[in-house]
Amino acid sequence: MSRTYNIIKYICLLTWAAFVVFPFLWALSTSFKDANAVTSGARYIPWVEFEPSLQGWTSLFASGSQGINIVTPFMNSASVTLLASIVSLSLGTLAAYGLSRFSYKAGFIKNADITFFFISQRIMPPIVLAIPFFLMLKEIQALDTILGLVIVYVALLLPIAVWVMTDFFASIPKELDEMAMIDGCTPIGAFFRVILPNSTAGLVVAGMFCLIFGWNDFFFAFILTFTETQLLPVAIVSLNSSVTPWWSLSAFALISVTPLALIAIFVERFMSRGSLAGAFR
Amino acid sequence: MLSLKNLSTADRKRPLSNLDADLKSGKIYTILGRTGAGKTELLRAVMGLDDISGGHLELDGQDLAKRPVRKRQMSMVYQQFINYPHLTVLKNVAFPLRRQGLSAEDASGRALVALELVGLAGFEGRMPSELSGGQQQRVAIARAIVKKARILLMDEPLANLDYKLREKLREEFPRLLAQNADGIILYSTTEPAEAMQLGDEMIVMHEGHILAKGPPEEIFEAPSTVEVAKLISDPPVSIVDGKIVGGKLVLGETVLPENADLKLPMDGSVKVGIRPDALSVGGDMPATVVLAEFSGSDTIVHVTFEFGAAVMLVEGIHEFVPDQSIAVSMDTSSLLLFSEHGDNITERRSDG
Repeated sequence: MSRTYNIIKYICLLTWAAFVVFPFLWALSTSFKDANAVTSGARYIPWVEFEPSLQGWTSLFASGSQGINIVTPFMNSASVTLLASIVSLSLGTLAAYGLSRFSYKAGFIKNADITFFFISQRIMPPIVLAIPFFLMLKEIQALDTILGLVIVYVALLLPIAVWVMTDFFASIPKELDEMAMIDGCTPIGAFFRVILPNSTAGLVVAGMFCLIFGWNDFFFAFILTFTETQLLPVAIVSLNSSVTPWWSLSAFALISVTPLALIAIFVERFMSRGSLAGAFR
Repeated sequence: MLSLKNLSTADRKRPLSNLDADLKSGKIYTILGRTGAGKTELLRAVMGLDDISGGHLELDGQDLAKRPVRKRQMSMVYQQFINYPHLTVLKNVAFPLRRQGLSAEDASGRALVALELVGLAGFEGRMPSELSGGQQQRVAIARAIVKKARILLMDEPLANLDYKLREKLREEFPRLLAQNADGIILYSTTEPAEAMQLGDEMIVMHEGHILAKGPPEEIFEAPSTVEVAKLISDPPVSIVDGKIVGGKLVLGETVLPENADLKLPMDGSVKVGIRPDALSVGGDMPATVVLAEFSGSDTIVHVTFEFGAAVMLVEGIHEFVPDQSIAVSMDTSSLLLFSEHGDNITERRSDG
């Protein structure tokens, strides 16, 4: 490739990288500022342009008027997201396998309709679901509890898992299932012994989507919880009082993005291996 | 014995209709047919992978229809190289044995023997994705023969391999299949030479029907219909329209010389099958070259006569150019005669 092409390529990449990285740098520098440093104009370099302060970070582990304790919302968010993702992934994988391998028919309803039914849950605006969810959780006394949120999140994440996994199973030749049955497996045995071990790439992608959507949800966490079970996105908002504590918000944002960033790094390495490549012809 | 009684299937691209056959233990049956003839559908029906819509499938007198795939004591080699991507070569081959309840040690022992047999000793620890196509198919074959199944189904196992590998593996097949000597082997292929070379018996299929079955040489010598004749050799038998006039065979305007061996039927229209090796260069029949292609050490020449098109097999490599006029002679002793409906009516004096 020509030199000009390379130069243009790197200019584009650097511009894009700046767009992506700059907000993080901004948040990082802001999290070490105090009120003065934030309001006195654009300053980025610690010790030179402003005196760094740990106030933003310490306030996240204080309580009462000193700030807000981030540990409980963090653990709540982690439990709800993990539990809901595990349940969604397990149920979704089984459903997707059934949809990709067996033909169902009930009147005019066939496999494609069932798949669409799952996906259609995500087409509806969340507000439509909010009221029924609220009433149902109230009925089973699960409002403002981890269990209640897990139930709701499973309903939200299941379509994603079914969608991704149906697509993934479609890429595995049916002959592989057949071979397993010829070699002595039951249909369920074929799934667990042969198909599932070859589905890591799909499971990782579906799992990642579940974790991202679950972790980032604000709407349902806001509506279905009050004081007992606060999740991270809601806790961030509750920081916002008459004076916006940009330093605490920045620190908070960095903490809440860390788990997803770590997952992204792990998944990226995993997916590049392409575990099915070259296995079939 | 595996019996197909009036076997029919539905729902797939090529439904099978009313297949009848008795397949005996210890024999290799080759199923010959073009792509889409129903070979794969037949194997899948026998395996239990596709439902039977009519008729019966019996193994030693017992109905197989209700027996699940895993309990059919069969094994299969697909055209695609199907192996378990997450298992090593050794574990792939040991897999069916482990499912039969063998200990890991016994299963590995037998798998190693099978791998050595297919020429993959030393590859036990590799993953299938690290092997070439030919080696992957060898793993699949090892896994199929290690079970010593009652019925071994092979669905065009060489179709996806390149020419050299195909030849090599085909040469090894008799030795490999001997491992399953007590079982019934069903081997489907589109290549006549492969079907004749490997099969104790041959089943010719076309459009979901069995057209002919029997020893390969018998089917080759006396194909029962025009369709069978077209299928049993490569290059194929050419079929042209002819008639018998006054006890002589006439193709178009050409009156063929009488042949002492070929007994002609009563006057009327016939279809004439010309084997590719019945034609040779040099003679008194004018022909025009359409196309010439090399096949190994032979030249396949497509020619047109005034009475129709035919394919000629010439030994050795010869240059022919399209539209070239050549003179051809025809060995009438090997001609095949069919009725207008396509049934074989060839009679030879030497037969009776």
